[in-house]
Amino acid sequence: MSTATSMTTSASSRTYVEARDVATAVAAMSAGARPIAGGTDLVVGARHGKAPLPAALVGIHRIPGLGDVAPTDGGGLRIGALVTHATLMADPTVLASYPGLADASAIVGSHATRANGTLGGNVMNSSPAMDTGAPLLCHGGVAVLVGPVGERRVALADLWTGPGRSTAAPDELLVAVELDALPAGGASGSSYVRLQYRRQMEIAIVGAGAVVTLGADGTVTGAKVAITALAPVIHRVAESEAALVGTDGGFEAAKAAGAAAAAAARPISDVRGSADYRRAMAAVITRRAVLTAVRRARGESVPVPASDTTFGS
Amino acid sequence: MAVDITLSVNGVPYPLTVDPHASLLHTVRGDVGLTGSKEGCDDSECGACMMLVDGRPVNSCSYLAVQADGSDVTTVEGLSDGETLAPLQEAFLTRGGVQCGFCTPGMLVSATALLDRSPDPSEDEIRTAVSGNLCRCTGYDGIVKAIAAVAAERAAQG
Ligand code: FES
Ligand code: FES
Repeated sequence: MSTATSMTTSASSRTYVEARDVATAVAAMSAGARPIAGGTDLVVGARHGKAPLPAALVGIHRIPGLGDVAPTDGGGLRIGALVTHATLMADPTVLASYPGLADASAIVGSHATRANGTLGGNVMNSSPAMDTGAPLLCHGGVAVLVGPVGERRVALADLWTGPGRSTAAPDELLVAVELDALPAGGASGSSYVRLQYRRQMEIAIVGAGAVVTLGADGTVTGAKVAITALAPVIHRVAESEAALVGTDGGFEAAKAAGAAAAAAARPISDVRGSADYRRAMAAVITRRAVLTAVRRARGESVPVPASDTTFGS
Repeated sequence: MAVDITLSVNGVPYPLTVDPHASLLHTVRGDVGLTGSKEGCDDSECGACMMLVDGRPVNSCSYLAVQADGSDVTTVEGLSDGETLAPLQEAFLTRGGVQCGFCTPGMLVSATALLDRSPDPSEDEIRTAVSGNLCRCTGYDGIVKAIAAVAAERAAQG
């Protein structure tokens, strides 16, 4: 725990360097500096008294090459760590093929948060309530980390270990997140829906992401479901996925997936909702996410962000 | 250890020496001396401190001045042409977008960012764009109408 004396660092002990390449950033991190990009978590967290701003900071916001969204050789998508939510929510490839991620990016914070907050910061903050987490997991997200000894790749499911905790070492810099190609064997649709008391400046009370693939006859051939703010980490729900495969992706199937998500949830009670309420809403929000993904897989247009329009489904 | 930076604020370069933890807001208000941007919450909630950094809307209370080194910063003081108010400022005045005025600098900067990226916004887009700016006075209606009026004027002028 922080003591009163460690809550503030004396001005003379504070350092800041700006890295213009990954190696410089990693070297600074090896010497104890914390990376800062948009500052929307780190600085705001310090203002909240969550954790003091680290004495040694390395600015990574101008490292070239980390701000690109580009296809991978395997037909997936590589999203640089410095890509902002504002970029993601408007990226043509994301909107066309990974709309669930656009749903999530479009509802992070306010327009200032989205203009400055990066996907990398979001991922490394390891919040169980982060909106982009469920879509990234559903698309097989892999973190590409660079440390002093080189690069390693970690599935996001193995990266997050609890609120604010991850398996990344303090001297490993996230440079990109890679997503799988869309599933073969039919048309896919994805979505992210959250329970929100207001549309902007909100943190998910409950969230769910879904990727659904439909065969030629409309049968669900593949499904991925992940839930948000319902456990210490965002995670996939195998029972929800199993409840969908082989069905027509209709209301009853989506309801079964929602019930499975509620059963898998281990929510907490806090000022934004009780555990019981969150569990009850896990069923509803997961159902809406699944139905939205199915609609998109069928070629229907559902506006981004889906959270604002899926009431009543 | 203090860091030497150069902030270009409203087109004027300011060489400054700042604490690495100093916010952009405190630096612009305290060191540069432009006090149009306000501190409401110091916590990224209210938007009273909104500035543009290289055209992006930023809650300057929660952005480190060192990170803006070399960037172009725009504050509310940079919106007008001397004593001639910008159309958004005029519209806020004539349409009831201003009462106490505390939120106004941030509102104007958010609205400027919106119209820069989306010249013909829907009402929904306008409300989304200013949703990170809290106003205790106006009820927002005059603000939304003022922004919409400026967008419509610009569209009419082609
Ligand atoms: S003072 Fe910066 S958001 Fe309130
Ligand atoms: S006019 Fe008073 S806070 Fe907006």
